[in-house]
Amino acid sequence: MPETVQLKVNGATVRMPRGSTVAAAVIHAGSSGFRRSVSGQPRGPLCGMGVCFECRVTIDGRAHCRSCQIVCGEGMEVTTSE
Amino acid sequence: MSNNCYSFDVLVVGGGPAGMAAAVSAAESGLRVGVADDNLSLGGQIWRGEESSPSTPLAKLWYTRCEAVQVDRLGGCRVFGSIDEKTLLAETIDGWAELKFDKLILATGARERFLPFPGWTLPNVMGAGGLQALVKSGVSVAGRKVVIAGTGPLLLAVAAHLKRFDADIRLIAEQASWSKLLEFGLCLISQPSKLKQAIDLRADLRGVRFVTNCWPIAAEGGNKVESVTMRAGPKTWSIGCDYLACGFHLVPNVELAIFLGCALSGDFVQVDHLQRTSATDIFCAGEPTGIGGLELSLVEGQIAGYAAAGASQRATQLFPERDALRGFAGHLNRAFGLRPGLRSLATPETLVCRCEDVEFARLREHKSWRSAKLHTRCGMGPCQGRICGPALEFLLGWKVESIRPPVFPVQVETLAASQQVQQ
Repeated sequence: MPETVQLKVNGATVRMPRGSTVAAAVIHAGSSGFRRSVSGQPRGPLCGMGVCFECRVTIDGRAHCRSCQIVCGEGMEVTTSE
Repeated sequence: MSNNCYSFDVLVVGGGPAGMAAAVSAAESGLRVGVADDNLSLGGQIWRGEESSPSTPLAKLWYTRCEAVQVDRLGGCRVFGSIDEKTLLAETIDGWAELKFDKLILATGARERFLPFPGWTLPNVMGAGGLQALVKSGVSVAGRKVVIAGTGPLLLAVAAHLKRFDADIRLIAEQASWSKLLEFGLCLISQPSKLKQAIDLRADLRGVRFVTNCWPIAAEGGNKVESVTMRAGPKTWSIGCDYLACGFHLVPNVELAIFLGCALSGDFVQVDHLQRTSATDIFCAGEPTGIGGLELSLVEGQIAGYAAAGASQRATQLFPERDALRGFAGHLNRAFGLRPGLRSLATPETLVCRCEDVEFARLREHKSWRSAKLHTRCGMGPCQGRICGPALEFLLGWKVESIRPPVFPVQVETLAASQQVQQ
């Protein structure tokens, strides 16, 4: 199995070590804002362990995925609300 | 969506050290044991990502023990409700599952306590454990300027970990006073393994600035944090940073226990000498019964596992070890208690509820959590009050009153499909 996986974050190709989370890929792609809050503020991961829901992104069309708990998959398409 | 039904003699919820120890101990009696965790692999937060390469002999020992016994691992499996007294419902990666059990062991761990202060909602202001978890999951901090603040030994452990990944640690700010730390340091003498850990940490962090009586009063930046204003005594100053990692000790994850009818004692799940809760056939081990760290979690997990399997003789043998570790936990919690002055960190404009963007001024008008919830939606977003609840408990003395299903937000399809089966 290859050591890395390739995925897209907001259309840009990112290569990550296998086993990395989607949150790591989003940060690697240069975004610190993952979503907009109800009043429009930029937000990023807080707890890093699936509790705070601040890192939620859309993965392959599925909204509200907690990127800190989902491992990068080959060909995944990730979009943030930033 | 797929639906699976599992049936266990002993079901463990939570795959961290307490859950691993519980599962191994129960499985030694030949029972059918399952471990459900919302993460994909075992290890919890402390051993996150270490299954293939454990960082310590203790981690290695427990991963090896887990390998040696027959335990069903249900990774990516998040419990959100129940069907009856002996069946839990969980969301899985591709659907949902019914988890039937004869005995249930809750090992749901803890999360960090966050205190709101101006700018704490900016991206890159994270938990101390939060940033560590991200680094373990592939985030690079090499050359990044990091300020670590809050309270407790976790700050030092996180700093040492980030330093190994070449982070530029600008400051570790501990809110506790030097005299409290000294008192705590003295009680380490009776705990050789803890003392060694402390000495090793100190060596790892040589050259890193560590200030007591010190905390952040504001984070500044545009789209992410760029600097943080610190206070120590009468002095305030600003430090540039790429990350501000803040954790004000830990909060037990007791929501599932409350939902299942387990009584609390103070903030924690009440257990007897065999780690039995007040609810029939439900045991609890680790941080939800009292914040006590890794070693205590392992011992409590073993006791719960043996007790659930009916091997109370073996459980009893571990009581002295547990009692000694609980004594140590008491010292820890006293040393790192939050100073009342931190209540003034939140200004009227500071957002306390990050899910619904509710300012502190709007919350202070209310007398209870329930009233604030009904009028402001505080605590009604996706985290269900897990972040703002402990903050408000510290700021205003409010307690979360009830836990209703789903205990965790789930996809509507999951809820719909599982409801259909129940009818």
